Amino acid sequence: MINFQYARASDVADAVRMIAADPSAKFIAGGTNLIDLMKEDVERPSRLIDISRLPLKTVEETADGGLRIGALVPNSDLAYHPLVAQRYPMLASAILAGASQQLRNMASTGGNLLQRTRCAYFYDTATPCNKREPDSGCSARNGLNRMHAILGTSESCIATHPSDMCVALAALDAKVHVAGPGGERAMAFADFHRLPGTTPQRDTNLRPDEIVTAVQLPAQGFAKNYTYLKIRDRLSYAFALVSVAAALELDGDTIKEARLALGGVAHKPWRDANAEASLRGQAATPATFAHAADLVLRGAKGFAHNAFKIDLARKVVVRALTQAARGTPQSQSNKKIR
Amino acid sequence: MALARKRAADEPIQVPDKIAVSLIVNGVERRLDVAPWTTLLDALRDHLDLTGTKKGCDHGQCGACTVLVDGRRINSCLTLAVMKDGAKITTIEGLATDGALHPLQQAFIDHDAFQCGYCTPGQICSAAGLIAEGKAKTADEIRELMSGNICRCGAYPNIVAAILQAMGRS
Repeated sequence: MINFQYARASDVADAVRMIAADPSAKFIAGGTNLIDLMKEDVERPSRLIDISRLPLKTVEETADGGLRIGALVPNSDLAYHPLVAQRYPMLASAILAGASQQLRNMASTGGNLLQRTRCAYFYDTATPCNKREPDSGCSARNGLNRMHAILGTSESCIATHPSDMCVALAALDAKVHVAGPGGERAMAFADFHRLPGTTPQRDTNLRPDEIVTAVQLPAQGFAKNYTYLKIRDRLSYAFALVSVAAALELDGDTIKEARLALGGVAHKPWRDANAEASLRGQAATPATFAHAADLVLRGAKGFAHNAFKIDLARKVVVRALTQAARGTPQSQSNKKIR
Repeated sequence: MALARKRAADEPIQVPDKIAVSLIVNGVERRLDVAPWTTLLDALRDHLDLTGTKKGCDHGQCGACTVLVDGRRINSCLTLAVMKDGAKITTIEGLATDGALHPLQQAFIDHDAFQCGYCTPGQICSAAGLIAEGKAKTADEIRELMSGNICRCGAYPNIVAAILQAMGRS
């Protein structure tokens, strides 16, 4: 880890001033990803601005029946928050599917959104990586790409976004509140993360002088018919090969509303409006689910080591929709998939 | 709008002064001056000579460095000592009271829950955090919520048995 300066922000405005004044500074909250990247020399900030003591640690009900989650609420606190467990169990489940309890105790809500890909080439400074070093090339396209994306890839980058929490937040249509020198703004969750295109060095549409202050959930939490199904190389504490957040609102057997988001397959949590539309108004049957899965995966493209993900994702989508429709969400402790 | 700029590998910065930090470690206030990049793990081991907390992977993947900060288990390798100024830290050295082993320490002995012992301080601190959280009730739940602690000797069944004993469910 290289040397750096350290300063503590006293409030959000102070944090924004400090980051605007030093473009090679970085915010630090939980530190679980940033310190790791600094040890690998992937991140080399001149200064760390410690925002971990800012008053962004509350979960509050909003006037429209939703929840506003402060950016510094630890992942574990969020997963176990009574209102989240009760009204947004898919979010709680997704959080508990990721990382370890130690990391969840440290990692913040905002930091989870901003974590970087775990592409091995991004971490390995001896190899080219367009995300780490723009225009240096992508080592993963023709390298070890088993963990990599099958949707929304570009010539420049086939990295995946590693978060589980974000997959549920995408499915729930969350909003991201940010503050910058020009004031505050809110972004739809779908607009927060980017596809790589020709600028994979930019993971999100957050501006360099902005700070995430909160994530807001709308009232509809799909607490009855949901699941978060994550498939990985070991049963716990591993990143997803494919994960699916599925949420349904049913009227008898008929699907009134459907949400589907995939993790481990793209540079951002992947939603497909056509696939979701194909479910609405239909009977909750295996054929309906298979059709939706085909729609999600129709543009998928595999590479040398990850083409298996296409069929795997199709099956996980069908199984997740089945679990959601039955009201039998995937347990995150007993890993038997039913 | 300011553009994010990456600092070049050879770009010097002014060497920062060491920062005074106060940590309440195992109930005793310890004052130390650390460079900003000193992890909590390195502060405990190299500055305070508390070498019970182990450095395994140093990347948050193995759990050997697990300590309790304000009662919550964390990976001490992935946090900076300066960020924990004023915090209460409990390490493996702080679990026994008046010479009597902590119930988890006794349970690990009773169940032979280790071979080489390198992961054990992290396992025990993590288990102490787990019991305080009160979320794990079954062996499945213990396994899941202890998954951040790797034991390369493979003592997992005995670790789960030891934790069940300490929880009073054996």
